[in-house]
Amino acid sequence: MPFGIEFDDIRQYIAPVIYALVIVAVLPLMAGYIVLLERKVMAHMQARMGPMRVGPHGLLQPIADAVKLLLKEDITPKNADALMFWLAPLLSVTMALLAYAALPFGPAFQIADLDVGLLFILAISSLGIYGIVLGGWASNSHYSLLGALRSAAQLVSYETAAGLALVSGLLLGGTLSMKGLVEAQDSQGVWFIFVAPFSFFIYLIASIAETNRAPFDLPEAESELVAGYMTEYSGFRWSLYFLAEYANMIVVSGIAVTLFLGGWMRPLSGVHAHIFGLPYELLDLLPALIFFGLAAWCTKLALRQGEQIQKMVMFLFVGLFVVLGAAMAWSLTSTSLMPGIHGAFWFIVKVLVYLYGFLWFRFTFPRYRFDQLMKLGWQFLIPLALVNLVMIGIGIVLAQQFLWPLSLAMIAANVVTLIVAFWLVRQGDKPSIVVLPAEDELPAAGPGEIR
Amino acid sequence: MLPVSHYIYLSLALFIIGVIGVLTRRNVIIILMSIELILNAVNINLMAFSRMWGSVDGQIFAIFIITDAAAEAAVGLGIIIAFFRNRPTVLADEMDLLKW
Amino acid sequence: MMLDSILFYFFAALAVGSAILMVTRRNAVHSAVFLISTLLAIAGIFLQLQAEFLFVVQIILYVGGIMVLFVFVIMLVNLDVAVRQMKFNRQSWVAGLLALVLGGLAVVVYRSGGGAFNLMGAPATTMPPNAEQVGTVLFQKYFLPFEIASILLLVAMIGAVVMAKRKI
Repeated sequence: MPFGIEFDDIRQYIAPVIYALVIVAVLPLMAGYIVLLERKVMAHMQARMGPMRVGPHGLLQPIADAVKLLLKEDITPKNADALMFWLAPLLSVTMALLAYAALPFGPAFQIADLDVGLLFILAISSLGIYGIVLGGWASNSHYSLLGALRSAAQLVSYETAAGLALVSGLLLGGTLSMKGLVEAQDSQGVWFIFVAPFSFFIYLIASIAETNRAPFDLPEAESELVAGYMTEYSGFRWSLYFLAEYANMIVVSGIAVTLFLGGWMRPLSGVHAHIFGLPYELLDLLPALIFFGLAAWCTKLALRQGEQIQKMVMFLFVGLFVVLGAAMAWSLTSTSLMPGIHGAFWFIVKVLVYLYGFLWFRFTFPRYRFDQLMKLGWQFLIPLALVNLVMIGIGIVLAQQFLWPLSLAMIAANVVTLIVAFWLVRQGDKPSIVVLPAEDELPAAGPGEIR
Repeated sequence: MLPVSHYIYLSLALFIIGVIGVLTRRNVIIILMSIELILNAVNINLMAFSRMWGSVDGQIFAIFIITDAAAEAAVGLGIIIAFFRNRPTVLADEMDLLKW
Repeated sequence: MMLDSILFYFFAALAVGSAILMVTRRNAVHSAVFLISTLLAIAGIFLQLQAEFLFVVQIILYVGGIMVLFVFVIMLVNLDVAVRQMKFNRQSWVAGLLALVLGGLAVVVYRSGGGAFNLMGAPATTMPPNAEQVGTVLFQKYFLPFEIASILLLVAMIGAVVMAKRKI
């Protein structure tokens, strides 16, 4: 090869750079479409239509939103701490993007398979808090600061529960590498959600709280704090916070999918079924069929559009789905590409399912009060996570040292955890005394007037 | 790996900056932060020697030092908050209740 | 090897530069941010020393845990007056001078007697993946110190809770 570049060099250094560029380029678009999805799902749950005007069925709404945000004036409040006000959103979005370095989107699509991959993601996502706290402080506004302090307290409380839930997944997998965790689920032949359902449950709740999503969106509760730590932000910097929030949602979904939902593995990957004498497995045909089905559905919607331009945009999406479906079908014929492309497909599908859970929760549950939030975190989730962790550990010892069957050991462990969970719920129903802070203990506002 | 002396000089520089911070600043919180810096300077040394001998014992000591730093920060900041409730100041030389 | 030294000098310069800024800033929040940058640079040096587990521990515990506490407390006790008051105490110039003398002394001792310490360059071998190794050594060779550390943390936790009580 020219310039002394070897194929191994490309695999080692160039491919990760390309993946990183792809992720950085695609992520804002993906975040935009998740917002659209959120608005559509919300609208349909509330028996409305949602965005319909910009593009057919609002399909171009994210682009319009992005243009609007970028063109808005970027305001810095007069008494704000200029350096921190500038730094905070950057920190937020950088930390959210850094976490993607270790997420395995498929057996081939991973920027770096670190030995301490999961810990790395945890570490990076624990840094995101600085973006929020510093932004809230630097704005020099009471709403911002209160939102920031709430957010800090909430993140610190729920990180513990999330971490403990992840540790039980690690115990089952026996490795810290994200790739290794998926391979462990592959070789054990079971997704860890079925072995450790409580860990998944705890992580689900804690991850919603960590990303400040409803029903735990107290840091930005609009009926109490205007917009929490984002109150004073506008324009581009506000959109950075927005991007960071959605990027973080994808990261926590990615962690949950990798650890509990089998990562890039196909559902029922142990089942091999063939029909019509085709050389391909039935379930491997599913990705292509899903895309072709989407294309057909979009065609139907396109034919109903009144405007010519809307029709054309809809047909563009039809074309996109046809191309993707064709790529899925074509990759079936190549044994070297099939695992990578189909792995990425299944990973993204699982992430979207998890995200749908996020949206569903948001539109179903009312917001928690702050003391209820703290009580849920410290008095229910953390004790339950500790008991669950110990029980999983005992189950693994029973399976490995005393040669119990894994299923029996895990059922026993989870039954004990279930009993403890019921007990904790009953304890939680008893009324508790709420101590409010005195007037003079409220925090001072921001960096003060002296600059 | 670079010669260990590089790490020792780096660690020394951070240690001295930390000592200057502890001795000269008036804000108690910054004094506590300078102590964290001193602990970290020690950690760099431990890690460099651990790498030099090719064993992880130095890293274990570093973990213990981090544990200690966490304990110290929790109690130290608790004391600052408790003090702040009684007298609204964070300056070390105004905390003179025992001085006469 | 070239990359190795570039990384070291970059992280070292970052660490020392932000440490100096940390000590000299008037505003405690700025100090905290510069300390965070120092801690991250030190984490980078750990990574350059191929101690990836400690790199992660440094970020999770120090940056993600301890420093969050600091920032939180700074925001709770943030005083507008403190920003206007003197940064350094009265004997600061003596203290600074003494600290510099201490540093100079350490350099002199190291340069003249460094040979006695048997400081090697370092093995060229790369360290094996060390999360597992650290775990094994921690739970076998250093099990008692580990337990003592957990008791230390328990005591600290109780201490912090007592300190946070309304009336002491």
